[in-house]
Amino acid sequence: MIRYILRRLLWVVFLLFAVSFITFVIFYLLPSADPAALRAGRQPNPALVASIRHQLGLDQPWYVQYGRYMKNLIFHFDFGFSYQNGVPVRQLIFSRLPASISLAAGAAFLWLVVGIGVGIIAAVRPRTKLDRASMGLALVGISAPVYWLGLVALYLFSSDIGLIPILPGANSYVPLSDDPVAWFTSLIMPWCVLAVSFAAFYSRLLRGNLTEVLSEDYIRTARAKGLSERRVVFRHGLRSAITPIVTIFGLDLGILLGGAILTETVFNIPGIGRLSYSSIVRSDLPVIQGTVLLGAFFIVFANLFVDIFYAFLDPRVRYE
Amino acid sequence: MLRLSTGVPRLIEPSSGLTADDPLEFGAIAGRTPWQLFWRNFKKDRVAIAGLIFIALLVIAAIAAPLITKLLGASPPNQINTSALDSFGTPTGPSSEHLFGVDPLGRDVLSRTLYGARVSLEVALISTGLATLIGVVLGLVAGFFRGWVDSGISRLMDVLLAFPALLLALGLAAACSLGDGCAISTPLQGAGVATIVAGLIGAALSLARGRREMVGASLIVVGFGLFFLLIGTFFTIKIEPGAGVVIFVITLVSWTYIARIVRGQVLSLREKEFVEASRSLGASDARIVFKEILPNLIVPIIVYATLILPTNILLEAALSFLGAGVQPPNASWGAMIADATGVFDSAWWYMLVPGLALLFTVLAFNVVGDGLSDALNPRQEGS
Repeated sequence: MIRYILRRLLWVVFLLFAVSFITFVIFYLLPSADPAALRAGRQPNPALVASIRHQLGLDQPWYVQYGRYMKNLIFHFDFGFSYQNGVPVRQLIFSRLPASISLAAGAAFLWLVVGIGVGIIAAVRPRTKLDRASMGLALVGISAPVYWLGLVALYLFSSDIGLIPILPGANSYVPLSDDPVAWFTSLIMPWCVLAVSFAAFYSRLLRGNLTEVLSEDYIRTARAKGLSERRVVFRHGLRSAITPIVTIFGLDLGILLGGAILTETVFNIPGIGRLSYSSIVRSDLPVIQGTVLLGAFFIVFANLFVDIFYAFLDPRVRYE
Repeated sequence: MLRLSTGVPRLIEPSSGLTADDPLEFGAIAGRTPWQLFWRNFKKDRVAIAGLIFIALLVIAAIAAPLITKLLGASPPNQINTSALDSFGTPTGPSSEHLFGVDPLGRDVLSRTLYGARVSLEVALISTGLATLIGVVLGLVAGFFRGWVDSGISRLMDVLLAFPALLLALGLAAACSLGDGCAISTPLQGAGVATIVAGLIGAALSLARGRREMVGASLIVVGFGLFFLLIGTFFTIKIEPGAGVVIFVITLVSWTYIARIVRGQVLSLREKEFVEASRSLGASDARIVFKEILPNLIVPIIVYATLILPTNILLEAALSFLGAGVQPPNASWGAMIADATGVFDSAWWYMLVPGLALLFTVLAFNVVGDGLSDALNPRQEGS
């Protein structure tokens, strides 16, 4: 197991290297906007642009730029400075991270509870009206684009323009450390909107797995020896049906921690997603690099944790 | 009751009206082609049929968009008409002249939504087709040859999957949407050379280790590399801003899904007895792949392609929503919703119409995908 983890960790390091290199190549080679010209302001004169280019190190060959970037990153955990405003990227990322984590964690809690709950109810009463209604609704939930749901939610419920003004709308995010109550109420709508498609997907997945497991022989045995239905469903059925959910949950959470671009855009939440979006629009390579690496970091580690956790959840899985 | 032990119980069924109790009545048993069986199952699924009808209507509407707008008397999608705004300059809602109202520039929302369907369907269908093609080829090669070819392709997928997909797509789309698109001939040449080198190294290593069977696989890899190199050298391939970029990006992030499925299926199929039988009869690799394995993959390929199609529609809309898709003034649903963000408190129709169009389209494809997988997998009796 230890050897397996070590080997995987080495692979993770390689993956992060590959991601950083590809990101660099994409944004270096492709004709995106010239960051020096962007920074020079409204009336860029060639001399000013050239001096900014030199200042940012953009006049050096690409391998020198990449080498210097990696050196600073590895030895000093330094992600460089934003081309746009000179702020250290590390500082930018860490100031935006709490919002993204708040959004992802709350939504994840919500969609797990709803998705697993609905999935179980539908699976233990297959082909009833309740099952069909909830699975039909889940299909709609999967099909709805999250940013549009966000707009509809704002139109219906936001306190400034909503038809039923009961919740704070866009722009209302407050950090947890400033005011926990305002933090919570401002995130209720984003949490619900973000959780919809995930909850729908999880409930469908769990329903499928659980109905299949509940038709296995060992479930009949469990019922035959007189166990309560609750014990059969939860201890025998769910235990086995939930493993794919764990895998997907890890991946989804990993992706969202790297920034929920669409949800953050609709509700104007200052998270990693907004940061990466604005940096792409402005060709701010160091910030793009930083956010892509952060996203990749969350994804590959989520993968690793899922695989390790799997061995504990499913005793048949052994790594060597 | 006569039981024919064919292993596939649904292939032969007693036809209606006649009982098959008497073995002599064998002729009363109707053989059905897999396609007939599939259709019998599928048409019982009313929701899926409804979805299919919706998709058919949508495709017709998208193709005939110019005609329909003319028939309905709506103005063309890009016609700016300030007289459709009220005296404060805010767009007016549904009226007899503009059935679904107008946007802040006075353009007709109905005709923009119809033209948006063209973009949505075109991008989703082409990118899904390309992703399926790439995924099937690479998944097949990886699963059939195994060894270092498999490791190489799997590692490539690992790297792609480690990227935050939306961010990668957004970055590429934004980069290629500026200026006049991005030329990918040089990267293609680079990839070609890298693939050739990998293939040659693989061939040398296989020979050195005495694994003769991997040499053929290595040569196929070299062939792919040569193909890339030649295309990159003799054609200037440029990804045009707009739909071209979006298709490229969506293909790039979605082929891994198909490839993983196909690889897994091939890994198990190649160990099956019928493949072994074919091999022992002296069939070549090519024959085994195309005549034995590929026919068995058609069902999962169709099912998974229909399942990634709605995802790709959503991805296209998301990219357009973020401003990296089809460029203005052309209409696309995502971009319309993004436009509506600024005015949705007063012009609710501008947000609602493209959003519902998107929702129903994706829902229809999801429903049909569900129905397909139920009808094609008789063992899983769907609801």
